[in-house]
This record gives sequence, structure tokens and C-alpha cells, in this order.
Amino acid sequence: MKKKRLVVRTIILLVLAAAVGYTLYANLTKDEVNKVEIGKQAPNFVLVDMEGKKHKLSDYKGQGVFLNFWATWCGPCEREMPYIDNQYKQYKDQGVKVLTVDVGESKIAVDKFIERHHLTFPVMIDKDGQVQTAYGINPLPYTFLIDKDGKVVRSYKGELTEETIKSFMEEIKP
Amino acid sequence: MNDVKCECGHVNPHGTVLCESCGKVLEEKEESKKLLDMRYEGSARRSQTYNKTIVDKIWNFFSSVKVGVILIVVTLIASSLGTILPQEMYIPQMTTPAEYYEDQYGWFGKLYYELDFNNLYSSWWYLLLIASIGVSLVICSLDRVIPLYRALKNQRVERHEGFMKRQRLYGVSEQPGEEAMSRLEQNLKAKKYHIRKKNGSILAEKNRFSRWGPYVNHIGLIIFLIGAMLRFVPGMYVDELLWIREGETKAIPGTDGQYYLKNNKFIFQKYDKKKDNEVFGAALDRAGMVAKNYQSNVTLYEKKGDTVAGESLNLKKLKEAKIRVNQPLKIDKFAIYQVDYKLDELSKMHLALQNKDTGEEIGTIKVNLYNPETKYDLKNGYFVELKSYFPDFEFDENSNPTTKSKVPNNPAFVFKMVTPEKPDGEVSFVAIRQTIEVDGNNSYKMAFKGVETKNVAALTIRKDLTLWILGFGGLIFMIGVIQGAYWNHRRLWVKIVDGKAVTAGHTNKNWYGFKRELEGVFEGTGMESPAEQLESGKKG
Repeated sequence: MKKKRLVVRTIILLVLAAAVGYTLYANLTKDEVNKVEIGKQAPNFVLVDMEGKKHKLSDYKGQGVFLNFWATWCGPCEREMPYIDNQYKQYKDQGVKVLTVDVGESKIAVDKFIERHHLTFPVMIDKDGQVQTAYGINPLPYTFLIDKDGKVVRSYKGELTEETIKSFMEEIKP
Repeated sequence: MNDVKCECGHVNPHGTVLCESCGKVLEEKEESKKLLDMRYEGSARRSQTYNKTIVDKIWNFFSSVKVGVILIVVTLIASSLGTILPQEMYIPQMTTPAEYYEDQYGWFGKLYYELDFNNLYSSWWYLLLIASIGVSLVICSLDRVIPLYRALKNQRVERHEGFMKRQRLYGVSEQPGEEAMSRLEQNLKAKKYHIRKKNGSILAEKNRFSRWGPYVNHIGLIIFLIGAMLRFVPGMYVDELLWIREGETKAIPGTDGQYYLKNNKFIFQKYDKKKDNEVFGAALDRAGMVAKNYQSNVTLYEKKGDTVAGESLNLKKLKEAKIRVNQPLKIDKFAIYQVDYKLDELSKMHLALQNKDTGEEIGTIKVNLYNPETKYDLKNGYFVELKSYFPDFEFDENSNPTTKSKVPNNPAFVFKMVTPEKPDGEVSFVAIRQTIEVDGNNSYKMAFKGVETKNVAALTIRKDLTLWILGFGGLIFMIGVIQGAYWNHRRLWVKIVDGKAVTAGHTNKNWYGFKRELEGVFEGTGMESPAEQLESGKKG
């Protein structure tokens, strides 16, 4: 009798705890729902860079991809750009692809920005925001590391230092 | 921790105050009282007695009504804290919350933000409080309803004298004859009492179901909480905001890119004294401008085929719609409501190439402020090149021109004007109401001619599959309230002992009504209706 009561109470408490636990978990992760999950396949996309070259994420299987979202009006983005460019030059022959996506500004604004900072990596403009939606971008800058199998290994919100970028490159180097 | 066997032979769980069957007082300290505490029928609330394992301890904590009340009070206080300053979702978009709260409300705003009160209602500790109330509800109810059910099911007709003597309504009469007893029975039946008899004694009872009212009510509340919990399950609840300019086509958030919406036109209408019904005249004079209509004319598209993000979309037109306040566009389970707007956002700027000396205009160019062209040909050897563009212009800390956002709130341009006189071109920096020349002696300038504007509509996308659960929970809640409030559980015991008729009565509420009913029931039986034993109850 007493044993049965203990079992019943334990079961009821476990059910309640599971319901509460799920609610808390779902609440804390609700912002990331439908967005990019670490360890999962990165959403595929196709964009054309400023030189007219088409970049499709799935074509870069076998290489690590350093994917950065930015805008010309975003101060932290502007500060990290030269660092990304330096590291791009270091790692481009070691199987790391750098793709950067502007969040839909005018071509001239982006061109002038590239010119001003002497950027050499591919820059693409996500005109209608489809890629930003797929990756759940907010706020800027936002960086994703994608490994050679196309899986997201890390996402990073905010400004990067040169050392961080270097360690990120090492992380996705095939 | 053994069960207690009453002298009537019934075995009660440990902790029982009144025997479930005959009502004999089992706990000594109750013996000295003049009247019994009839709450939960004196049944054993087990939480009060078992306190062995950690599971029991958690159970007992939540089983306490005192704890439940404290949880509710704490939640009320917490909820009110969230209303002191606006929650984060209500502050202007594009602002940084950390800065906004401090700028607007000073040190208090900063503290408020640091304590995370800007997102209070979705904070983990607030949800934990609500969840604890839910857990407390479940456990409190279970811990009380089961023993109560047992006690009411096991009650027997002949109650122990000690039980009857300690009821609020109690009386002793001479033994009635057969006729009087059958009269009493008939009277009781006429009042819809259920009658059980044994050895000449009577137990008359009605409306026992009223005792379950509070528990039905709690079930309703729990269903309501489950409904609220289901909002966190992906796909059950969507509440998104979409800002969309005239002419723009955007994915409808929450639909996983299945549906797209194009804003054809946003219309803002005001009441017009001349055109509208004259009954509005006086009110319009008093209030000034009064809005009449906010409307977005939209086209709904569905995406066809699987495209990779960034590719051009294959959109199929589904329908045209007019979204007005409270008249949403509905697709599947989604409803799209008109909620906000912004009028006259700059979209194109007209500028003329002008000779500074003669004022002669060579031609006008139209600059698309979202995606400007870089070269504008004005024929006959005249053309204008756009060298640089800042949609939301300001000077940065190093006094270099820069832009604050991609929205053209304050556009500025660097133009190179090429003319037959100056084939190398002259460079001019043009912003609203200012022109800066590089060498200061240009012979041409870009003169401002006008702007084209567009309106922006804000739409809310709403989907709520939990609504019917919330409604159902509310219905059950109300049924419970009605069940417990409009009926009373009334009982009358008549026991024949040594040639006397001992009577006792109990109701869970409305004693006055019960006494009135009993007076009627005992009329003409020769027996006295049981009398009030509670001092304060005698008046009423």
C-alpha cells in the first residue's frame, strides 16, 4: 500500500516535472526554432558575388566554409572585415572558403565598401533576404562555421578578433 | 503508521480524524471540541502523515494550501513588476534595449534591464512560478479529492453519537411513531433528498455532486495551463511582425517560406468634414484629425517547387486582398492583421544637372534610393556618375561620411558630373540641404527637384491552435464554479436510540437555507427540527 503510493506519487511528480521542463526548454530555445542548429546540415543557398560568380553552398562540400553576414553601416562588421581578409589570404589554399553576405544594401554601397577596405574575398548581396531568413540573422555581425560535410559546427554573434578568426579557420580546415 | 480500526468495524487510513463509516471521533484532541471540523469529512489527508522519502517531502510541500497561496501572491507581485516599464517587445524597433532603458528611464531603467525585467513574462523564473502554481493545483486537488470521495462513499446510515452531537445542527426528540417517520421521509423526498434507511434510522442526502465543484474547477485551470504550455510547442502558436514597403514582396514569417506577400498599396484615410456624414462634424471640430481607415492592398503568393535560398522564386498568385484593422487576411490557420504603418518613406529622388551661372538645366535624373544606378546619361556628352551613396547619412567619429542603416532616411550622394566643358568631371557631395564641392569652384551642380515616397505597412501574422483548449479549459472552470456555488451538499441524520430520535444536520454552505428547509421537512412530524449549536449562527 505504502509502496504503491510512493510509486504513484513518483510517477505524477515525474510527469509534472517533464511538462515543466519541456516548457522551460522550449521557451529558452524558441528564438532558434526553425533556424540553424549546431551539428545539423547548414541551409543551402545560391548567391552571385560582386564579380558575377555564382556561389552555391553545397558545391563546397569537402571544404570548410566561413560564412559571415554583415552590412556597411554596422561598425563591428567594418572593424572585423580586414581581419577576415587577412585570414582569408592565409587559409584560401588550405581548403577554407570565405563567403560573406551583405544583408541587402545597394550594389554601389557595397562596391564602395569593398574598395575602401580592399577586400579580396567573395561578397554577395542577399537582396530579398531569403538567406538571412534561412539563417535567422539578427543582429549583425553573425558568423557561421560549416565543416567539410556541410554541417554547422559553430555560430557566433558579434565582433570577431583576428585570433578568433584564426582559431575558427583552424576549426573548419579539412 | 498502521491503519486505524474503528469500533464500528471500519478500517480507516492512518491520520483519519472521523471514521469514514460511522463518523466516530478517532483523534483525541478533536474529542474535546464542541463542534467538529467537517472540512474534507475529517478524512486523512495523507500528506499530513507520511513524510519519509524525498518524493513525499516534495509532495507535501505542494500539497499545502498555504504554499499555494504564497505562490499565487508572489506571482501577482512579479506580474505587476513587469508593468512598471514597457516590456522589450513594445519598445521601438531598431533600438538597443540596453541603451533604450537607460536613456528613457535613467538608473531605474538600467536596473530594470539588468534584472531582466524587460522580458519578465518569458523569464525562466516567472515560468517556474506559474508552473509551480500548476503543480500545486494538481497535488492539492488529488490530495483532497480522493480521501473526500472515500469518506462520502463509505459513510453509513447510523452515525456514532459523538459525531451527531458535535454537528452544528443537533436535536433530540421523543421517539416518533411510524406515521411520523414516513411523513418525514415523504417530506424529504419532496425536497429531492435521497434516503437510505437502516434499523429505523435515516440518512437523507442531496446534491453531493456540489462537493466536486472545486475540483472540476481545478481541472479546468489545469487544462488552461496545458493550453498555455502548448504555445511553446513549435507550430502551435505564431505571433510575428512584418514591415513591408509598397511594391515589396516578402516571405510571410512563420510559414516556413511557403507563402509570400506583396504590398501593392497602403492607404490611410481620415474623416473629411465635407465628404463624410455631417453628424461627425461637431466631433471632428473638437478632435481635429480622426483616422477612418488603415488598409493594405496585398497580393498573396504561394511558393512552387523547391528552390535554394537566394535563387529567384517561382511564385503562384493565390489572391488579392484588402487587409483592414480587424479584417485580417486568412490563409490556412494564419491570420494577417493590419497593426502599424509609416507614411512617406523616401523611395526616389529627382535631381537636375544645372549650370550654376546660367541656371540652365541640362536634364533630370531619378535616383532609386534602394538600389541606385551608377551612371545616368543625359545625352550630348553630358552624364552623371554616382561615386558613393549613403542612404542614412551621418559623419562618423573620424568625420568621414557613413550610413546609419540601409533605410534612406537621410540620403547623401557623391556625384561626378561630366560635361563637354569639363570632360574630366567635377565632383560634388550632395545631401539634403547641403552641397560640398571638392575644389570649391564647380561650374555645374545637382539641384534638388523633388522626391517620390512610399508607405510602409506593418502586419502581424498570428496563428493560435491552442485557442480552443483555452476555451475548453475556461468552460470546465465555469462549470466547476457553478457546480460548487449554486448547489449545497445537505445531509440529515435521524437515529433512533433508546426510544429517542437523535437528529443532526450538515451542509457545506448556506446554513440559513438549510435550516429553513429542515423546518419545513419536520413540520407535522411531531419531531423538533435539529437546532443550531453554534453561538454566532443562532441569529441567522
